[in-house]
Amino acid sequence: MREVAIIGVGMNKWGELWEKSLRDIFVESALLAIEDAGVDHIDSMYAGCMTSGLFVGQEHLASLLSDYLGAGPIPAARVESACASGGLAVRMGFIDVASGMSDIVLVGGVEKMTDVSGDGATYALSTAADQEYEVYNGITFPGLYALMARSHMQKFGTTREQLAQVAVKNHENGFKNPLAQYPQKITIEEVINSIMVADPLTILDCSPITDGAACLILCPADMAKKISKKPPVKIIASGNATDTIALHSRSDFTILNATVKAAERAYKMANVTPENIDLAEVHDCFTIAEIMIIEDLGFVKKGEGGKATMSGMTALGGKKPINTSGGLKSKGHPVGATGVAQVVEIVHQLRGESGPRQVKNAKIGLTQNMGGSGGSAVVHIMQAM
Amino acid sequence: MFPARYWREIPQRYRMEAEKCKKCGKIYFPPRLICPECKSREFEQVKLKDEGTLLTYTVIRVGPSQFVNQTPYAMGIVKLDDGINILAQIVDCEPDQIQTGMKLKIEFRKIQQDGEAGILCYGYKCVPA
Repeated sequence: MREVAIIGVGMNKWGELWEKSLRDIFVESALLAIEDAGVDHIDSMYAGCMTSGLFVGQEHLASLLSDYLGAGPIPAARVESACASGGLAVRMGFIDVASGMSDIVLVGGVEKMTDVSGDGATYALSTAADQEYEVYNGITFPGLYALMARSHMQKFGTTREQLAQVAVKNHENGFKNPLAQYPQKITIEEVINSIMVADPLTILDCSPITDGAACLILCPADMAKKISKKPPVKIIASGNATDTIALHSRSDFTILNATVKAAERAYKMANVTPENIDLAEVHDCFTIAEIMIIEDLGFVKKGEGGKATMSGMTALGGKKPINTSGGLKSKGHPVGATGVAQVVEIVHQLRGESGPRQVKNAKIGLTQNMGGSGGSAVVHIMQAM
Repeated sequence: MFPARYWREIPQRYRMEAEKCKKCGKIYFPPRLICPECKSREFEQVKLKDEGTLLTYTVIRVGPSQFVNQTPYAMGIVKLDDGINILAQIVDCEPDQIQTGMKLKIEFRKIQQDGEAGILCYGYKCVPA
């Protein structure tokens, strides 16, 4: 297997981009990544996207996106694993370069979510759950994570304030990210007193509906040393795992087992431990998710994610900064783009170009991207070269 | 909802039909073609117990369009007495009366209406035992 490096990243401002189409937002970030890398062509492309069919009535993205990128008749694939589509696209690009099949690969993620009503978006997102045995009976995604939150609170004593602190901390980081959709600071009281969506989760416990894209350029690490304009970042591990699609089929609703397994595989591949990770971007689709994920990645003991968050351990300047970009909560969550944007943030951090949200001496970063209620997960570990 | 999609789930939704692996004895709801535990492909049909215990719950305040007229409504994961978990609405009680650990019973109820001229969709809901 060849070593793989990231030599270019691209991302534009996320938000409700009514004046722009799916193809516009993808091509804009792809061109930024190509420019950042300084390459004059790409050999193949992977685009993560959850459900452009339901959001804009458009499938066949391999053709549409390579066409509008003007990339010629390159091999291209659209990759789907619900909200982990972007992370899985990174893994596909990694495998393509590592195998020797392609040299310069564009990995992108995109979702255009505001061309449908709120109800249309709820429906599109709900297709990541079991349609016949969860959604049919009336559950929503906030509802599924609320079921996990209540279990976690009862089993470990996690508090309402600890959940809220995840949102407060991530908005604090997003405030320093010019590309974030909701860069405003919020307080614990505002989170707790906002509209209840699914008890105990309020609207400020939930990530937003977002239009956005993010792109990377990958190439073999040997080539990166010769052609990269900026300090290249090596992908030292890619881990992927699955779990039951229905939350109720699991024996414990406080463990995200796909994340546990994907992380185990990644740590083994990179030959590192959770202690070696300087910072991580994780899938805080709901506040409870970040608490469970930092436990399941081994950053804290099971059950102590809430306390660790309250202690400031995961804040910028803490021992293990989590979601310095603002996370899904503040930066936004265009589902298919999220997993790629997490890598964009880690690359900026490892290059030392994150400005006011720079983590000092960041050498090794991790991303964790998750589909549905945790039915799939992708973990990548990156290291400055 | 296309009728065939509704019709083929009727044995599970109306009658709680599950399948038990003939080799390892594990019960699956809904039925599967292969047992994830022992890889056997032989099953016998069983009916799930209609009583169970509430493991976790939430109250949906913002619901999908087919459920908007039911909000707020409670939903929970219930461990039936034969060990199978299901996700269902908890009805015939106020949300503030619901507690994890409470005993619940399965009843056959209308779940949703598929549009103005669409089919009425039935299935299982839970009520206090």
